[in-house]
Amino acid sequence: MTTTTAPSAQLPEAEPAAGRRGGVRALLAAVGGQNLSLIGALAVVLVLFGSLNENFLSWDNIQVIAEAATISGLLAVVQTVVIICGGLDISVGSQAGLASVVSAMVFTSTGANPYLGIGAAVAIGAGIGLFNGAIIIYGRVNPTIATLAGLAAYKGVAQLVSGGRAQGYVLNDPVFIFLSRGKIAGLPTMVWLLVLTAVAVHLLLTYTDIGRNIYAIGGNDAAARLAGINLNKYLVSAYALSGMVAALAGILLTARTGSGQPVSGSEGLELQSITAAALGGCALKGGKGTIGGTLLAVALLGALQNGLTVQGINAFWQNVAQGALLVAAVVIQQRRNGERAVGLPA
Amino acid sequence: MPASESSPRTSPGASPGLTAEGVSKRFGTVQALEDVTISFPPGQVTALMGENGAGKSTLLRVLTGDHRPTEGRVLLDGKPVDLHYPQDARRAGIRIIPQEPEIIPHVSVAENVYAGSLPRAAGRRLDRAELRRRINADLERLGFAKVLDPNLLGSQLTAAQRQLVEILRALTGEVPPRAIAFDEPTSSLSEFEVEALFALIGRLRDEGIAVVYVSHRMKEIFRLADRIAVLRDGRVAGVVEAAATDESALVRLMVGRDLSTLFVRQQVATDRVVLDVKNLTTDDVRDINLQVRAGEVVALAGLIGAGRSEFALALAGDAQVRSGSVELGGKALRLKNPRAAITAGIGLAPEERKAQALFLHRTIRDNTSLVSLGRLRRWRFVKHQQERALAQQFADRLRVRAPSIEAEVRTLSGGNQQKVVLARWLARKPDLLILDEPTRGVDIGAKAEIYQIIADLAREGTAVLIISSELPEVLGLADRIVVMQNGRTTGELTRAEASEEAILALAMADDLAPADAPDDRATAHAPTGDPR
Repeated sequence: MTTTTAPSAQLPEAEPAAGRRGGVRALLAAVGGQNLSLIGALAVVLVLFGSLNENFLSWDNIQVIAEAATISGLLAVVQTVVIICGGLDISVGSQAGLASVVSAMVFTSTGANPYLGIGAAVAIGAGIGLFNGAIIIYGRVNPTIATLAGLAAYKGVAQLVSGGRAQGYVLNDPVFIFLSRGKIAGLPTMVWLLVLTAVAVHLLLTYTDIGRNIYAIGGNDAAARLAGINLNKYLVSAYALSGMVAALAGILLTARTGSGQPVSGSEGLELQSITAAALGGCALKGGKGTIGGTLLAVALLGALQNGLTVQGINAFWQNVAQGALLVAAVVIQQRRNGERAVGLPA
Repeated sequence: MPASESSPRTSPGASPGLTAEGVSKRFGTVQALEDVTISFPPGQVTALMGENGAGKSTLLRVLTGDHRPTEGRVLLDGKPVDLHYPQDARRAGIRIIPQEPEIIPHVSVAENVYAGSLPRAAGRRLDRAELRRRINADLERLGFAKVLDPNLLGSQLTAAQRQLVEILRALTGEVPPRAIAFDEPTSSLSEFEVEALFALIGRLRDEGIAVVYVSHRMKEIFRLADRIAVLRDGRVAGVVEAAATDESALVRLMVGRDLSTLFVRQQVATDRVVLDVKNLTTDDVRDINLQVRAGEVVALAGLIGAGRSEFALALAGDAQVRSGSVELGGKALRLKNPRAAITAGIGLAPEERKAQALFLHRTIRDNTSLVSLGRLRRWRFVKHQQERALAQQFADRLRVRAPSIEAEVRTLSGGNQQKVVLARWLARKPDLLILDEPTRGVDIGAKAEIYQIIADLAREGTAVLIISSELPEVLGLADRIVVMQNGRTTGELTRAEASEEAILALAMADDLAPADAPDDRATAHAPTGDPR
């Protein structure tokens, strides 16, 4: 007999068969309870702010929301991967800031070559990610601590190389202009980048053996190791991916603001990405989470932020709202898992 | 609120001891217990039996205040006990010794035992002198003084010693125990340590305590129990006097099936050597020599801590090989990690299936296909149809009982979870399959099925290495038995030579031999040494 704490774990095999009543039920089951509540919350937000301000639901404003959500959305997508692996990357915001500065400075110093600027930023991102992974794996440092250190250190590096100021000017270059203002098939380039990244990561997680192994590692690392999965390779790769996408976010930041920003615009992105992932259903101990859920949460957070701004609500309140949402998301998750309020959470 | 609810029909029979009266418990749509009425009289050992999922653990949890019953109530000496929290049960004198001991790793045995009620000196300081006096007195009183050093840290304890700490917790405390439940206490003990436990249980009974004893092991039940209560599908299938029944009657009560088919196996071993281990030495085992042939079932017997699981992990590539060689099918292996072992054709169903093998929140399909994904993919995309077919095939073959292969593994019973682990390896078709305690915590119906699977595997030419602490199982399954002790092999028995006595003699060879070594492991009940 088992002695697991979760009450459901020691039930006999009789679980109600899913989708007994055909289509609708099967569809709802496929979307999942977590996503349904997110869709509900999103609908409430849209209806609420839409009725308060008629411009809120205009196509223009929706594009504004999408663009504003792109950068945090990209980070939320990779944060989801890292969290499913059982890790956490708090340094993504600082990495984006450093990448932003590097892209602009390399662009300027190489005689306005956008590809070198972008390439250098991505390379820096990958390098930082590998470094994070190496510290966590080979230094045996808790991921939260390792990337918390990174949060401070990479921000410091960005400030050092930039002297703490915005660097370069990139909006005289067609590539950066295309990134910031271009459109493909009516949608902003930035939004396409988010969509492509999200689709790629979704396919990776859902349909490839790599994705299976990622879920396995986060779900039970000892079992994953005994099943022949090379944990170190996967974990280091996850942080490297996180670094590269953070760099992409930094490049978009440069394109949007026109110059390399060491701190402004990237600060707080780690909180947004973690909030989105948690709200989207990622279990913070790993092994659980979907890109679809995370994107819904990104949309919810983006709409909420935009709505509050449109209503002229103090930006400080938005921080409070975000913090409250993160805690609420995790509390709801723990309740669902049947965690009992005894001692420190695992 | 007053401590006890006054009920209109207080204690109809006023039976002494612990009683569950009309207890039902529902989780969501699942009825785990239905109208269960069982009494556990004082001064008797009442065994609680039933297949996994029959509701034994749920009943224990209701009795000890861990679950609130949906209906019904718990009575102690005819008076209802108000159980809101486990502490309430403890205060009422109801104790449980859980299957998996909860030990605080970084504090001493003494502090572990009295955790929550440590003796205090002035100003909330820990009264160490009083703590030492108390633990020594309790150890002496309960007869554990020789097997448990109160100064050891929680992390240094063996499985048996961890269990002892739980037992000490149950037997101490301000309120003397009135009823004690043991939840499969012997599943992590070796036969030798079991003796000490049985002696203790006998004493508890003689002191007039109501003992509840949950186990799957018939032999223990008939040795210990005065009465046997059988649960089936959440209901009481019957309560019988132990003296008035026998194994097959009990099995019929539990599953409605006969035990006689449990071991059906003819020898099919060939001459082809699959596994050839020469002088293998790791940090935990020394100079192991072992061969397993195709179609042969070899069992590793020995006491807990003899190094059998460590040897299995070394073969699975999860331990550093210091010296010696391992050949599989004539090819020398470099077992640098589990991946290398799997690629070479070695599969391990490890000892702790939940901690080391299963992904509880993933589906049966996902858990089954995990080590076979390499041949189920094109580019890196998993071929969904083939994956489903594979998982379904093995779920059917092993008769995994679940609504579908898309059910999460955590919703399955222990036996079905073990079948999923087996399905994973059967799908991969390894040349050598190592099964570490394949039937631990598995009900008798699933056990028989697992034995059948092992027999089928051997017939198909797989070399099977089994580790088991249940001697009847070892004797029933193995073509050959290799006995280990203290990280070495101490002997080998053919099927004809093997008996429980012969195995135990080899398993304890060192301790029985004249003292040729400075002997700090003289206390064989629980090897107190070796705090690595």
